[in-house]
Amino acid sequence: MRKPLLALAAGLLLAGSLSAASAADKLKVGFIYLGPIGDLGWTYQHELARQALVKELGDKIETTYLENVPEGPDAERAIEQLVRAGNKLIFTTSFGYMDPTLKVAKKYPNVHFEHATGYKRDKNMSTYSSKWYQGRYIQGLIAAKMSKSGVLGYIGSFPIPEVVSGINATMIAAQTINPNIKVKIIWANTWFDPGKEADAAKALIDQGADVIMQHTDSPAAMQIASERGKLAFGQDSEMIKFGPKTQLTSILDTWGPYYIERVKAELDGTWKSEDTWGGLDSHMFAMAPYTNMPDDVKKIAEDAQAAITAGTLHPFKCPVVGQDGKEIECKGGANLADGQILGMNFYVKGIDDKLPGK
Amino acid sequence: MELVEAIILSVLAASTPLLIAATGELVTERSGVLNLGVEGMMIVGAACGFGGAWLTGSIFIGALFGIVAGILMSLIFALMALGLAVNQVATGLALTIFGVGLSGLIGAGFVGERISPAAHLTIPGLTEIPLIGHVLFGEDGFVYFSIALIIGAWWFLYRTRAGLILRACGDNHVSAHALGYPVLRIRTFAVMFGGACAGLAGAYLPLAYTPFFIPGMTAGRGWIALALVVFASWRPGRLVVGAYLFGAVTILQLHAQGFGVGIPSQFMSALPYLATVIVLVLLSRARTGGSTAPAALGTVFVPDR
Repeated sequence: MRKPLLALAAGLLLAGSLSAASAADKLKVGFIYLGPIGDLGWTYQHELARQALVKELGDKIETTYLENVPEGPDAERAIEQLVRAGNKLIFTTSFGYMDPTLKVAKKYPNVHFEHATGYKRDKNMSTYSSKWYQGRYIQGLIAAKMSKSGVLGYIGSFPIPEVVSGINATMIAAQTINPNIKVKIIWANTWFDPGKEADAAKALIDQGADVIMQHTDSPAAMQIASERGKLAFGQDSEMIKFGPKTQLTSILDTWGPYYIERVKAELDGTWKSEDTWGGLDSHMFAMAPYTNMPDDVKKIAEDAQAAITAGTLHPFKCPVVGQDGKEIECKGGANLADGQILGMNFYVKGIDDKLPGK
Repeated sequence: MELVEAIILSVLAASTPLLIAATGELVTERSGVLNLGVEGMMIVGAACGFGGAWLTGSIFIGALFGIVAGILMSLIFALMALGLAVNQVATGLALTIFGVGLSGLIGAGFVGERISPAAHLTIPGLTEIPLIGHVLFGEDGFVYFSIALIIGAWWFLYRTRAGLILRACGDNHVSAHALGYPVLRIRTFAVMFGGACAGLAGAYLPLAYTPFFIPGMTAGRGWIALALVVFASWRPGRLVVGAYLFGAVTILQLHAQGFGVGIPSQFMSALPYLATVIVLVLLSRARTGGSTAPAALGTVFVPDR
């Protein structure tokens, strides 16, 4: 799920960058991006995936992207612009494009749409997202092993289920290593504001945290941790450049294989509306190399990654205990049901903080 | 104690870009020109400032690049709003939109690069003093410069003849013109000063705050600077209070969250803005009659020979 990048100016801004090759009967595939392709985070990873797509199927398709498209009514115009330009498959890559995409999809039943991280579908509109909480679980193991103070610092964007499930997965994992581990959580209430993310990282470190984790988009927190000689995890993309001695690993969004698969389906005429929620096993994301940690910690991380990929380890294996000490109702058999994770609005036991809005 | 010092240091760092940009805008507005393009000038200053430092390896040259970029941006505004007498609000907004786009273009080649941030002052014996040592003797150059800048602006506006003339242009451009003052030239200089400050404030972000460039990294700070000028009712003294208050609330709300103070974080994020509104109301109530704004603010002036 994504929210607007730039607070004020973005509403007025629709910077259109068009990259198109000329071809007569190639399949046209369009992309709508939230940020600039150089954001080093969310949009950048979608752009890398588009490039991978072009590399794989470039002789059969032609791609176009629009960057810096604000969520809201402007998005509808931008999506429609892609439709009119002849695109037959359109990827809208942010949560806030959900309703605009649905609206355009209803208007053009012959065009297929793919919406990232949303939950509304139609016969010509699919959704796709990743089980990032799996990666957070691995980070939780590493963090608990590497923290000397026993206090983790967590920078959240917005208290939405995707972020909350990440915090919970981190703490469930960390408690298996150190039952007394603490986490300090600061909500930045933004996806992207390098200055504020840096301030949050400083505040967490000043309050005793020595491993910083983030669910915001810029490398600012990594850079602060590096300056202060602490450890940190990257977000969305590889951030080791901003902390060569700091980054432990990073959850890398790897949309490429999915995009290639869906475009192939479109080319074969087998495309149909689906809901894809993939994890490590389906390569929807990957872990950056495990760095700046001793071999035994690396082994713990690799083993956990292998077990999650194989399906033998589930971060939300029942019983999951809530903050009040009561077990959460287990609707998915041995593990929490997908729906419970997608709508997660509680903290697990061991988190001292109060979930905003609860 | 260490925590208190750390908090003060963070507050100073967060307030400095606001103070620099707002000082420039205050002088601009005192001459009667409303330039809403601060955010655009800042972000171009950030891109050019980072580029300069990255290419030359010198933070100082980077800062100069930022200043020059800000001035060039402000000259576009001056040409439109003063030379061609176009509506100032529309021109300023256009300048911001233009700046956000232009900075992305300029910065495209630097995204993902990093530099070492501006050095902090160290005076053996003084910097190590607990609590106040780092605050007074361990800042980067931008922090000291921002304080000198606002004192200089106050001195210029209230203690020099040139400052008096500039304020006269802002309060009544017709009279100033009748007295023989070159209103448009004075305003152009004021706009350029505003641009220089905005460019420097923008450059502060990638040079000292977070030493890398990412499009959109000013994240609305230019708009806050604009609000601060109104908050300060166009007075330099109040501007200092406002800038540090704003920085303090921003940082303290983060620390409050870390300590688990049970106030919703969304509310705390909104606090600085709420504080601005409350102060505005208090100021306007305390005053009897008339606005505190320069009387000719935002109005177009075309000299009639």
